[in-house]
Amino acid sequence: MSTTTVEEMAEVTAPEPFWSRQRHLGVALILIGGLAAVVFGSLAPSEDARFTLSEDSAGAALAINGQFGAVLFGLLTAAAGGVLLAGLLKRWSNVFLVAGILSFLLSFLCWQVAGEFMPLVDTTDGTLELALPLILGALAGVLGERSGVVNVAIEGQFLMGAFAGALVGTMAGSVWAGLLSAAVGGVIIAAILAVMAIRYLVDQVVVGIVLNLFALGITGFLYERLMQPNAQEYNQPPQMPEWRIPGLADIPVVGPVFFEANLLVWIALVLVVVIHFGLSRTRWGLRTRAVGEHPTAADTVGIRVRGLRYLNVLLGGVVAGIGGAYFTLVATGSFTKNMTAGAGFIALAALIFGRFTPFGAFGAALFFGFAQKLATYLSAIGSPVPSQFLNMLPYLATLIAVAGLVGRVRAPAADGQPYIKG
Amino acid sequence: MANDHIDITVEPGEVHALLGENGAGKSTLMNQLYGLLQPDEGQIVVNDEPRVFKSPRDAIAAGIGMVHQHFMLVPVFTVAENIALGAEEVRGGPLGWLDRRRSRRDVIETSERYGLPVDPDALIEDLPVGAQQRVEIVKALTREVDLLILDEPTAVLTPQETEELLTVMRSLTAMGKSIVFITHKLKEVKAIADRITVIRRGQVVGTASPDTSEEELAALMVGRAVSLEVEKAPAEPGDSILKISGLVVDDDRGVRAVDGVDLEVRAGEVLGIAGVQGNGQTELVEAVMGLREVRAGAVHLEGEDLVGRSTKRILRSGVGYVPEDRSHDGVVKEFSVAENLILDMYDRAPFGNAFRIDGDSVASNAKHRVEQFDIRCQSPASLVGALSGGNQQKVVVAREMSRPLRLFIASQPTRGVDVGSIEFIHSRIIHERDQGTAVLVVSSELDEVVGLADRIAVMYRGRVLAIVSPDTPREEIGLLMAGITGDTPEGAK
Repeated sequence: MSTTTVEEMAEVTAPEPFWSRQRHLGVALILIGGLAAVVFGSLAPSEDARFTLSEDSAGAALAINGQFGAVLFGLLTAAAGGVLLAGLLKRWSNVFLVAGILSFLLSFLCWQVAGEFMPLVDTTDGTLELALPLILGALAGVLGERSGVVNVAIEGQFLMGAFAGALVGTMAGSVWAGLLSAAVGGVIIAAILAVMAIRYLVDQVVVGIVLNLFALGITGFLYERLMQPNAQEYNQPPQMPEWRIPGLADIPVVGPVFFEANLLVWIALVLVVVIHFGLSRTRWGLRTRAVGEHPTAADTVGIRVRGLRYLNVLLGGVVAGIGGAYFTLVATGSFTKNMTAGAGFIALAALIFGRFTPFGAFGAALFFGFAQKLATYLSAIGSPVPSQFLNMLPYLATLIAVAGLVGRVRAPAADGQPYIKG
Repeated sequence: MANDHIDITVEPGEVHALLGENGAGKSTLMNQLYGLLQPDEGQIVVNDEPRVFKSPRDAIAAGIGMVHQHFMLVPVFTVAENIALGAEEVRGGPLGWLDRRRSRRDVIETSERYGLPVDPDALIEDLPVGAQQRVEIVKALTREVDLLILDEPTAVLTPQETEELLTVMRSLTAMGKSIVFITHKLKEVKAIADRITVIRRGQVVGTASPDTSEEELAALMVGRAVSLEVEKAPAEPGDSILKISGLVVDDDRGVRAVDGVDLEVRAGEVLGIAGVQGNGQTELVEAVMGLREVRAGAVHLEGEDLVGRSTKRILRSGVGYVPEDRSHDGVVKEFSVAENLILDMYDRAPFGNAFRIDGDSVASNAKHRVEQFDIRCQSPASLVGALSGGNQQKVVVAREMSRPLRLFIASQPTRGVDVGSIEFIHSRIIHERDQGTAVLVVSSELDEVVGLADRIAVMYRGRVLAIVSPDTPREEIGLLMAGITGDTPEGAK
């Protein structure tokens, strides 16, 4: 058996059809770019759009004429599309795709912000804060799904975490006790999911949905019976303190966002890196991926498939539970019924949009967080664009991702399939 | 019961062949030896020491390795990652940081020591099956095993690759390793085995030495005398029935699978398509049946264009089709035998119309077919899923042959089918041919193609390399299956 067979295989790669994915995307970018240049350009008033570095309209700012900017960035979008269509620089096609989409966004912003101002620090800060639960939720998903267990119950884990965090945080009078019990709350839901999916082989999506409803029901009930009548005793958790790292926090824009933040921000950022390297570089990661791709192969080399799946789903529960703590210990000072309002599903969307990778999920979560922040900003400046449109963005982006427009989203091969020995 | 009190001994340095039909219990036996299944009774003794294997981990520790029929490799991992998996080299203590350099080096070392070239950085999904099998063997050898179980290792190989595997097996036994070789192919057993144990219905029915004749081995395996040859009269080909010209088809990933195929099948002849699995045969047949989009080219059935017709219309224009994946495309396992026999005709007289199904005529049809095709089932109302592979396949063949046919297409007609049923299905295919039907048979078993076909088309990488007579020497067909035509010097490496 000679090794030549390997090289022979390389020859048979099919001839690329002319209408490749890049070319389709190129046409799409040219169309939306042109549309942006014409529509946004004609609607935008010819006034300065100011992006300020401070909290208010004063201070250092980047300014551009709104009409000019809308047309310019629209044309840039179309130009990026042109590069893709012409089939130039194929290695950089994803860069051009991202550049095109960013230009489109900027064109839109120039139209909207013309005559107004957009505080950059506040926007970035808000983006990160809104993205925070999404990052943690999506990471929880990464942990489960890479080992082959679909986790639709992120929403339920959020709710449980938020509730437990508020309840125990108030009763113990300690935000750290709250955080710890939030993690426990997430683990409770994760444990039910794990036992049902791994031990009893129930359809994982169905279990996930049922768990979401269960979490909604039980927290809603306890909220009405326990928390509402005795809010002081049970529903006034202390808030997570903001810590400031001297020196680093003085860097413009980046400083106040990343280095004057609460612990959850740092937990989330560190977890993205840790899970990324854990999955790609450690024994645990290699085995997790093997179990998610081909569990029988893992079993035949002596890896405990079910054990590893339990571990990962439970770890996911910890991470999602901490994500739930954001709602009661960071964002608001108390628990309310169904307060997560679908954030768990957006986290799931971020997971898929991010192609089941930690950094991908992080990027997607930031993008969705930005969309939410933009929605509140636009309604604040009285934009004619309904904020609901921007809130649709995560779901729309996920549909586009799943449809394969941004490259194949390939889930782990054994994702959602229970492992039956023998 | 899959295994009934089996005793088997493997000596150091021998190739012990385990011969038996599909479903005889060979794989069940070996899965116990490898710790994937636990025996209800009996014990495993390794080097005079009784052992209990709760998982493959215990078996590996006792020096037993296994290459499974379906490779246990993660497609998106590299060769080195697959080999390291489960026995990773790590640094940094509890963190378990992978030492990829050492894993790579181990792979290269083992591969050189045993003369099994593998590229540690290649992705499994990019490798041909022969190379994947080498990776599996290297994987077992890096774990320092003394006994290697090979489960149907030649099922996916070309005749040349099979030869090379046999050479590797010889050199491994020369180094003192023992090999259990599971197969149902008699020629290979005779070529390599030191001892042969024959298993039938979960019991050892005999041991044999390699100089036992093929007929005797087959009789032991099946339990009665069987004819290994397909009996048939010379074909009397008539008019052209199926004409395929310039056919181009893509596979599921959008890669060209059939690349300009021209074929003709005439009435009253069997055209066999030989080739290693995955060279476009599946896609070719699916395209003819309207199950896969045709990129270019034409398919004509006696002058009628089939491209663009629905599968239902193609079936109803007189085409019978036995799909290669029986349990997925051939039968509905949760349906009864009777229902499966009318899956194609449920909305037609006499079985029913657009609104209802006539239970009586379905039942009487089933009774008739079950007798005619020797389908062994408790009753026509039994679920097809409860039947053996051979009898399931007979249900498919019976259904497809119950319409008046102009063309009969069978893809892997006897895969996973017992020898007794193989004989029967082959005789029905020849019977259909003798009635003047054009027959197209696709099989990765060269014996089957040679036995059935009147002409053989050899496919390699989506092209028909040659059309040869079944009397052509095996070696020549084998070379064609490996893509070596003799007149292209650069392919003759």
